[in-house]
Amino acid sequence: MTYLTGAELLQRVKRSVAEIDVYQLKEALERSQKPLLIDIRELDEWAQGKVKGAFHLPRGLLEFQIENLVVNRDAPVALMCAGGVRTVLAARSLAEMGYTNVASVAGGFGAWKNAGFPFETPRLLTDEQRARYSRHTIMPEVGEDGQLKLLDAKVLLIGVGGLGSPAAIYLAAAGVGTIGLVDFDVVDASNLQRQIIHRLSSIDRPKVESARDTIAQLNPDVKVVGHRAQITSQNAFEIIGRYDLVLNGSDNFPTRYLVNDACALLGKPLIDASVFRFDGQVTVYDTARGGPCYRCQYPDPPPPGEVPGCAEGGVLGVLPGIIGSLQTVEAIKLILEVGTPLVGRSVQYDALEGEFREFRIRKNPDCPVCGQNPTVTELIDYQEFCGVPHRQAV
Amino acid sequence: MTTVRIPSPLRRYTNGQAKVTVPAGDISTLIDNLEAAYPGLKGRLCDESGQIKRFINIFVNENEIRTLQGEASAVTDADEVSIVPAMAGGH
Ligand SMILES: [Zn+2]
Repeated sequence: MTYLTGAELLQRVKRSVAEIDVYQLKEALERSQKPLLIDIRELDEWAQGKVKGAFHLPRGLLEFQIENLVVNRDAPVALMCAGGVRTVLAARSLAEMGYTNVASVAGGFGAWKNAGFPFETPRLLTDEQRARYSRHTIMPEVGEDGQLKLLDAKVLLIGVGGLGSPAAIYLAAAGVGTIGLVDFDVVDASNLQRQIIHRLSSIDRPKVESARDTIAQLNPDVKVVGHRAQITSQNAFEIIGRYDLVLNGSDNFPTRYLVNDACALLGKPLIDASVFRFDGQVTVYDTARGGPCYRCQYPDPPPPGEVPGCAEGGVLGVLPGIIGSLQTVEAIKLILEVGTPLVGRSVQYDALEGEFREFRIRKNPDCPVCGQNPTVTELIDYQEFCGVPHRQAV
Repeated sequence: MTTVRIPSPLRRYTNGQAKVTVPAGDISTLIDNLEAAYPGLKGRLCDESGQIKRFINIFVNENEIRTLQGEASAVTDADEVSIVPAMAGGH
């Protein structure tokens, strides 16, 4: 039988493959209708340096993952390897899959560097992180870039109780790099029915310290910042300002209105949730993106005593586990910028009936905080606003 | 008859029922009919002047009545009304 040497195969394939040089590539990348540059080198080569904006998809995975990356078969694609040989064969393969506008970059990354064009060293996960987060990174919605976003993210939890416990655990497991915890309380025996981040051995210890210990056992990538304080009108801007987004798991109305107003005034997304007995609700207030706020949904607080809290009315222990986990899903979606956030939608869970329902929450044009003519432009006295005597609470 | 979903804090007025049915037409009529069948409920939903309390959401299907016609919002037998009060619990 006849055979071809590698060089002969390359010569033959080259005739049917479009090639561009690095000068043409540079020019193309500066156009508004630029091609998607896919670097097909191995990870160790890519780690040494890459063209800014290039996607990494190693040769061995190219045919299997290209459809996730390039949906439109006619979209312009440029393939880069180290010297421009591997990309010739890769381009033929993509042409066979029906991609019509694929070019191989002649001379590859070596020619790009020799031409004196700028390149950068990619940020990469460590080997330990690659193993730990592999179930994340294999999904195109996350990938290594998304995992790096999670590692860079700073999320604040108001309260490390029923909602804050699952949220802190799942955020830490997901590799959210900085988790701030605001809680003034110490762990009480009655907390352990639902606050799964705390342990018997933590009773009487501050919740922020107990939570920090549990997270340290789970994921060394996570930095925990404990704020053992009540959140108040005096410290709210300073604390919330340090984070990208906030999860509300507080247990009283003054704190809910305070955190809402502070987040709206700072333009931070607030993932709000509450639970009572067998009912839970969760939504995302993101006024910076045009969404409604807590005051749009509930213009005024109930008079003190009219709406009982969990201490008086009880709560099924697992319920905040469900709702706090839904908050965490929303946080991760916002960090990754994937999916459709629960902005302007409230999801209600009725555990007894086993039903989820979704309601529309509209922005109130007359909202005193996020409406057209806001009257609340700084933080107020929220105990007074809610008609409660000043007290120590988180 | 319109189905009304009762949140757990108010189920002590409905003998523990999560869903009740009452004749409606509009929200005010529905609330009066709820009160007739389950005395005490109206006082939890409305203030002395009969206005819906501002920490209570009432939805006709997925829309809150403040974004419709308030207490005059029309309700048919095919609609489902949900009462959702603000809850503070998180700890
Ligand atoms: Zn608002």
